[in-house]
Amino acid sequence: MNVVVCVKQIPDPAVPGELNADNTLKREGKLILDESDSYGVEMALQLVEAAGGGEVTLISMAPNNEVSGLRTALAMGAAKAVLVSDDALHGADALTTAKVLAKCVERVGGVDLLLAATESTDGYTGTVPAQVGALLGWPALTFAKHVELGDGKVAIQRQTEAGYDDVEAPLPAVVSVTAGVVEPRYPSFKGIMAAKSKPVDEVTAGDLGLSGDDIAAHQNIVSVAAAPAREAGEKFEDDGTGFEKVVAFLDELKVI
Amino acid sequence: MKIWVFAESEGDNATTATLELLTKAREIGSVECVYVGANVDAIAPQLGEHGAAKVFALDAGDGLPGVIGGAAIAGLVEAEQPDLILFAQSGDGRDAMAVASAKLDRTVLTNGVGLAADGDTVTVNAAIFGGNTLVDTVFDGPKPYLAGIRPKSFVAEPGGAGAGEVVRVDSVDAGRAGEAKVLERHVEEREGPKLEEASVVVSGGRGIGAEENYKPLVEDLANMLGGASGASRAIVDAGWVPYSKQVGQTGKTVKPKVYLALGISGATQHMVGMKGSDNIIAVNKDPEAPIFSVADLGIVGDVHKVVPALIEALKNRG
Ligand SMILES: Cc1cc2nc3c(=O)[nH]c(=O)nc-3n(C[C@H](O)[C@H](O)[C@H](O)COP(=O)(O)OP(=O)(O)OC[C@H]3O[C@@H](n4cnc5c(N)ncnc54)[C@H](O)[C@@H]3O)c2cc1C
Ligand SMILES: Nc1ncnc2c1ncn2[C@@H]1O[C@H](COP(=O)(O)O)[C@@H](O)[C@H]1O
Repeated sequence: MNVVVCVKQIPDPAVPGELNADNTLKREGKLILDESDSYGVEMALQLVEAAGGGEVTLISMAPNNEVSGLRTALAMGAAKAVLVSDDALHGADALTTAKVLAKCVERVGGVDLLLAATESTDGYTGTVPAQVGALLGWPALTFAKHVELGDGKVAIQRQTEAGYDDVEAPLPAVVSVTAGVVEPRYPSFKGIMAAKSKPVDEVTAGDLGLSGDDIAAHQNIVSVAAAPAREAGEKFEDDGTGFEKVVAFLDELKVI
Repeated sequence: MKIWVFAESEGDNATTATLELLTKAREIGSVECVYVGANVDAIAPQLGEHGAAKVFALDAGDGLPGVIGGAAIAGLVEAEQPDLILFAQSGDGRDAMAVASAKLDRTVLTNGVGLAADGDTVTVNAAIFGGNTLVDTVFDGPKPYLAGIRPKSFVAEPGGAGAGEVVRVDSVDAGRAGEAKVLERHVEEREGPKLEEASVVVSGGRGIGAEENYKPLVEDLANMLGGASGASRAIVDAGWVPYSKQVGQTGKTVKPKVYLALGISGATQHMVGMKGSDNIIAVNKDPEAPIFSVADLGIVGDVHKVVPALIEALKNRG
């Protein structure tokens, strides 16, 4: 069972995001593993282990040959990685990202399952996994809160507005997972040491056969503005009568 | 401008998000829908009432509606030449926009909260950085343009001269993607008003401490106020409550008259789904919790003390 996991490397989400002069997201400096993808990595490790053979390969597109986030996922137990880094991909939109990742899956070869997160923490378009599926011509099952493999098939529980659906597809397939799917492990010291020497195949868009119009973004940011801020109202320390303030407010609003 | 809306339903009703998109679309141009489902005869009149002249309909059987819908859209574009295709930012809507985008080789602008057209220039307004910054983006490639719009961005209103004429689409080439099958649907029971429509929403977060506290603290209070109960993603992922209760970026967008946040920190991804509420009340034991920055009334205190006292007081009022 060979599982590939999409791993996005992002700026620390605790630091407020910024835009470059050309209105693209600032993504310089150290990038970390998007927590959303740690679930996919864990899921992949568990599925490969349960299958009793095969390996987990990571794929990532990131600027400046950044590997910090990949090393974290390698330390969790993935075997190897493909990293696409290319100035030509600066400002890439979700479809371009999907094209790059689909080519990575082909480059890895012999892949049974591709895992990704439902959405990334910094971009959150939430379309990349299904776009990669469509480009590869594979079934794409999104919003999985439970994943099982068996009999040449993948079966998931797909979160829906009303509850969940049991959905199944033959392999190879793409699955995007939610944060509730598994509990990611922390890399062990041994894992961190081993990750340093695990192979990272560094490639450019050209190496993947993508250039020019394949990767051109067809969108232009024309204006950026701060969203109207909501003003904070009154704040009270509860001294045992805090509930009265709530009752009074609900009363004033005629909710009670 | 010819606009398509990827229409979705819940039972025999078009979703509110679909009707919102139709209402906005008919302001901008002529409107048609693509709908996937066996019950188009029930849905098409509602789409017509909101402005759709035509409804391209197909039945995906046990296939994934978003995936099949996206493939159907891609297949129809050449003959029908829509200029702009709108999708709700829902689970199936996201599948559909992703599949259409890849198959048509068109970029898709997502998480839109506003839309404008001036001649052939279409602008999508979206909130980034968790809603702190608004950006206007225009499409500059070949048409059709594809956009994903968050629910509650527009107000749904009937009107327009749509006929809702049904045009059946008999074949869709979804390739291997069509091999994904829905084996069984599990519908969780819901009591009281719908979360998106309730005038009072009471949501609980990790601060409520344990799964068994959700009912006595959050659900009971919501019931007493005639409202609906919601949740942060933290307790959905922990399995305490179903996903249908999740408020935020990946869950529902709510704009009730009053939103009560109990033991919720106020992460940007949560706030994006509730910041538009008329009034916000927060109870959190951490005075620095970001939720207080948007709360009209903030109580710095323990939910286990404040909420039971509040419920008691409401009971005594009868
Ligand atoms: C891509 C992406 C999408 C996301 N989408 C969503 C989404 O749709 N919705 C969503 O909610 N989140 C979403 N999140 C997660 C979000 O970032 C937060 O992790 C989550 O909202 C935190 O939930 P919480 O406030 O319940 O938990 P915490 O952040 O852990 O906060 C718990 C709060 O409870 C308080 N507390 C503890 N004990 C008590 C007590 N006894 N009395 C009173 N207060 C107490 C604490 O002070 C704290 O502020 C998303 C994240 C990502 C990356
Ligand atoms: N640059 C990237 N490198 C690797 N994986 C990515 C990248 N961008 C997106 N993904 C994957 O696709 C998921 C959804 O991303 P998005 O569509 O940006 O919300 C992410 O959570 C990742 O699993």
